Amino acid sequence: MSEVEFLSWVRGPGFQIAIVIFIAGVIIRFAEILLLGRKTNLAEAKGSEMGGGLRTIVTRSIPDKSTFKRSTFTVIAGYIFHIGLFVTIFLFAPHILLFKDVIGLSWPSVPTAIVDAFAVISIIALLAILVHRMRDNVLKFITTKEDYVVWLLTILPLITGYMAFHRIGMTAPTLLAIHILSVELLLVAFPFTKLMHAFTLVLARWYNGAISGYRGVES
Amino acid sequence: MSEAAIPVSGEIKFNIHIGDELTQNVKPLLHEIKHALGSLIENGETSIIDLRSIPLAPGEEDKILNTLGKGEVQAQLDSLGLSEINETQYAGVWVVTHYNDEGSIISRFIEITRMPEILSSQTEDIRAAYSSLTLDLDENQETNN
Amino acid sequence: MTDSTNNKDKLPADLIQSGNSPFDKTLGETMRSQGVSRRSFLKFCAATASMMAMSPAMIPKIAHALENARRPSVIWLSFQECTGCTESLTRAHAPSIESLIFDSISLDYHHTLQAAAGHAAEEAREIAMEENFGKYLLVVDGSIPMDNPGYSTIAGISNYDMLMESAKGAAAIIAVGTCATYGGIPHADPNPTGAVSVGDLIKDKPIINVPGCPPIPVVITGVLSHFLTFGTIPELDHIGRPKVFYGQSIHDRCYRRPFYDKGLFAETFDDEGARKGWCLYKLGCKGPTTYNACATTKWNNGTSFPIESGHPCIGCSEPDFWDGGGFYKALSMPTVDVTKAAIYTAAGAAAAGVALGAMNRSKKNSAASAHADTTIDDLEKEK
Repeated sequence: MSEVEFLSWVRGPGFQIAIVIFIAGVIIRFAEILLLGRKTNLAEAKGSEMGGGLRTIVTRSIPDKSTFKRSTFTVIAGYIFHIGLFVTIFLFAPHILLFKDVIGLSWPSVPTAIVDAFAVISIIALLAILVHRMRDNVLKFITTKEDYVVWLLTILPLITGYMAFHRIGMTAPTLLAIHILSVELLLVAFPFTKLMHAFTLVLARWYNGAISGYRGVES
Repeated sequence: MSEAAIPVSGEIKFNIHIGDELTQNVKPLLHEIKHALGSLIENGETSIIDLRSIPLAPGEEDKILNTLGKGEVQAQLDSLGLSEINETQYAGVWVVTHYNDEGSIISRFIEITRMPEILSSQTEDIRAAYSSLTLDLDENQETNN
Repeated sequence: MTDSTNNKDKLPADLIQSGNSPFDKTLGETMRSQGVSRRSFLKFCAATASMMAMSPAMIPKIAHALENARRPSVIWLSFQECTGCTESLTRAHAPSIESLIFDSISLDYHHTLQAAAGHAAEEAREIAMEENFGKYLLVVDGSIPMDNPGYSTIAGISNYDMLMESAKGAAAIIAVGTCATYGGIPHADPNPTGAVSVGDLIKDKPIINVPGCPPIPVVITGVLSHFLTFGTIPELDHIGRPKVFYGQSIHDRCYRRPFYDKGLFAETFDDEGARKGWCLYKLGCKGPTTYNACATTKWNNGTSFPIESGHPCIGCSEPDFWDGGGFYKALSMPTVDVTKAAIYTAAGAAAAGVALGAMNRSKKNSAASAHADTTIDDLEKEK
C-alpha cells in the first residue's frame, strides 16, 4: 500500500468506522446510565435538585482546597494537559476545518506557534503524570492495565501530531496518516474505557449537586 | 477565423496585492550579503548566492535588487542569450543574471567578489583566440602578397 | 587520448564501444567544436548548478567534470503517456540553455522528437542499444499496461516487451513523470488497463524516479546533468526520487507559510484572503504531504508555481495522488461524508440504548421481585 493509499484509507473508511463506533458507543452508554433511574427519595426535599445540580457542574471545575493540598501535582498537571488538549484539538486551524466538514460549525483559530507550544507542554505534563503515577506506591497499586493503555492512546495523538507538523522521522503523508490513525484508535476506545468521563462528568457532577441540593446543603 | 468571434474589452486585471512582509527572507539575505562583504575585506574570500535557492514571494526579489541598487559598472555578455553582470551601489556586490535566447531568466546570482569570474577572459578562449589571430594574420600576409 | 598503434585494425563500432574512438568527444570538446565559448560553458555550468540546487561553490567542479564527460547514448521510450513530460522538457519552439544539455547527450531514440518512423526507427534503436550495451541511459515516460499487452504497442511491440528488452543493456533507468514512476493517471481507480510503473517491473537496474505531472523541466535536466557530471545516480529517497529535488515538501518551502502559521487562510477562490495571497490549505492544498521542488525552483524558468498563481497544490509528484481524496478537500478533512453515517448511527444507537436500558430495567425489576424476604426467624434458624 503506498503512502497516499494509506492516508486515503484513514481519511475514508477508517474515519467512518471510528466515528460510528464512537457515536454508537457513547450514546448507548449514556442511554443506559440515564435509564438506570434513581430510587425514589422518600425524604422531604429541603432545597432544589436542579439548581444544585446545574451549579455544581460549573463549580466542580475549581478544585477544592483540601484536594489541592493533598494532590497538588495531580491537579496542576491534570489541568495543564486538559487545557493543552483543548487548545490543540479545538483551536488549531486544520482541526477546525475537520469539525466544519463533519458538524458544519467553525470558529476562529489560534496561531500555530501557540498551538505548537501547548502541544509540547501537554506532552511533558502527560509524561510527568505517568512517572508520578509509577513512583507513588498507592497510585501504582490501584493502576490497572486499562489506565496505561488509555494514557498511551491520549499521548499518541499529541506526539504524532507534533511529529506530523514538524516532519520528524518519516515522510509527510505517512506521518499524517499515523496521526489520524492514532486519533481513530482513541475514538474507538472511547466508549469502552474511562475516557467516557469526558461525557459522564456532566452527569456525575449534576448528581452530586442534586443530592446535596435536595437535602438543602452546599455541594 | 472571424474577427467578430470573441470581443475583447480592456485589459485583464489581477487582484493580487503584494504584502509588505511576506517570507521574512529579504532582511536575512541582505545581512548575509553584508557578512560576505566583510569576509571579502578580511581575507579576500569570495561568495556566490543563488537567488533561485531561496523561496521568495512575488515582488521580493525586486525588493532585494532595488535595495542593492545600481553601481558604476553595467556589463553585458552576449553568449547563448544575454547575461547581465552589474555592480550594485555597494562595491564588491555584483548581480549576475543569465537569460536564455528567449529573454527568460534562467539563473541569477549575487556574487561578492572583486570581479565575477565570467567577466574576465577565459584561458581556453584566449588560446583559441591566439590560434585564430595567427591564422587571420597569415591569411592577410598571403593576400597582401 | 587515442592509442593509434592498437586501434588501426578495429572497426568504428568496436572503438565506440571501447570508448577510445577519435569520434568519442568529451562534452567540453563537443561544445567547443560547436563554437561555444568558455564563457558560455561557464554560464551553462552555473545554470546547471542552479538547476541541481547545488551550492555555487560547486560550479568549478561541475565545469571540470562536464569538461571531461563523455556523451552518453540516451534511449527514450514513451508508453501510456500524454506526452506532457516530453513537452515539459523540450521547449521545442525555442532553443535555450537547457537544450544544451539535450544537445550534450546523444538522443538516439525518441518517438516524439525523432524524424524517423517505422522499421528504420526501430532498427536505429536496436543498433544504439547494441553499440552502447551496458552504457546507455534509458529514459521512460508513461505507464505500462499489464492487463492486455495490446493496449499500448509501438511498431507491434508491446510496452512490456520493449521495456524489458531495452532495460537489459541500460546503465541506469530514469522514469520520468508520475505515470512511469508510480502509475499516474492510468493507474487511478479503477485502473482499466492494469497500468504499472517501471519500478514495478524492473528490479535489477538502478532506477531514478523523477515524478511530477509533469515534472519541472529543470528537474529532468538536472538529473541528466548529474548523471553526466558525476556518472552516478544522485542520492534517492525511500521511493526512488532524487533527494536534491524531492527532499523537501512544498509546505516547507512555500512562501505563503507565514500565513499558514498565523492562521490566515483563503476560504474560497477570489475572496479577500485569496487576493491577499493567503494560505490555500482550506482549499485543499496538498503542499504539506507533497515532495517536489516547485516552491523553490518553480516553473517556466522560475516564473511561478500553482500556489503562487492562486491554485492549491494537487500533489502531482506523489503516488496515487489522483485517488488522494479530492483536490479541493483539505488534508484534515475526511474523504467520505461522515455526517449522514453519524446521524444514522446516532439514531440507531439511541434506539439500541433505549432497548438496552429497558432490558436492564426489567432485569433489575425481576431481581427485585425474586428477592426473597428475610425474617428474624430465618436469621435465628441459621444460628
